[in-house]
Amino acid sequence: MPSGETSLFALAREPRLRPVVRASVTLGVAVGVFAISFGVGAVSAGGSTLQACAMSLLVFTGASQFSAVSVIAAGGSTGSALGGALLLSARNGVYGLAMSRHLDGPLVNRLVAAQLTIDESTEMALAQDDEPARRAAFWITGLSVFVFWNLGTLIGALIGNAINPETFGLDAAFPAAFVAMLWPHLRTSRGRIAAALGAIVCLSLIPFVPVGVPILCASLAVLVGVPVPAVDKRVPA
Amino acid sequence: MTWTLVLALAAGSYVFKVLGLVIIGNRALPPMLDRCLTLIPAALIAALVAKDTFSLGQDLGLDARAVGVLGAVIAAWRKLPMLAVIGVAAALTATVRLLG
Repeated sequence: MPSGETSLFALAREPRLRPVVRASVTLGVAVGVFAISFGVGAVSAGGSTLQACAMSLLVFTGASQFSAVSVIAAGGSTGSALGGALLLSARNGVYGLAMSRHLDGPLVNRLVAAQLTIDESTEMALAQDDEPARRAAFWITGLSVFVFWNLGTLIGALIGNAINPETFGLDAAFPAAFVAMLWPHLRTSRGRIAAALGAIVCLSLIPFVPVGVPILCASLAVLVGVPVPAVDKRVPA
Repeated sequence: MTWTLVLALAAGSYVFKVLGLVIIGNRALPPMLDRCLTLIPAALIAALVAKDTFSLGQDLGLDARAVGVLGAVIAAWRKLPMLAVIGVAAALTATVRLLG
């Protein structure tokens, strides 16, 4: 599917790309186990197995899916669940901007690539040193995560229908998954301030507004990004 | 969970992906917009952690989940893999519930 002269399968067999293939499969397996907790949560929140699987196939962006299910599980409306989840999926658009010059080629290829434009594929691609490796890393990681994410969701949904998740502490799997997803965003001081503000805004609103709305209001914390950073100010005009 | 949610989220998420990769393409965003968009996950995911740890519906409170999530924070801080972070939280929460 990648554009250009070499097919994805030929690229994947090149010895210099073996570490990329290995890393993307390892990542895929990890994401798959992560997807199991999504599947369990989705059916616990009242979704059917089919809905859980449809979400992973069609939405295919972890944080948004977890967010939507988390709001529904707490009794929130479809609208508020959708709002928070869409805000979280906006970042895939930013990844798309970063990836677009590495993924030229026929429109249909780029439309398929778009569905695979997520944290993992973008990070793995941008970590490579040359164009063929970047393209290969994007496709191999994207497809590997896609396969394992959907497989994991199905397994999780089946498990969730069979057990009581609270007995196994699986209701804590959601906030714990969010902790793991949050960590890389705390590297900058702005990220830490936005996170603290988001959590404070959310908790202070929970008793007073409908479920799901505090998550939407927490997005106001991104205004931390408005002031020009000190580093930029030092650059002469 | 409604099909409206599943399908509207699918459509909306795909629109964002196509917008970035195919439609806007290789152009830079205004720096301020870029900085704010970058902060969305920090703000929203932190809010989700807080909500899923300390609330049930509209009620705030402390229960076994808080112990589990504290364990998750320590595991993430100690740079354990994502699966260990989830495993620690689930095991701690289940244990506290069993004892409590």
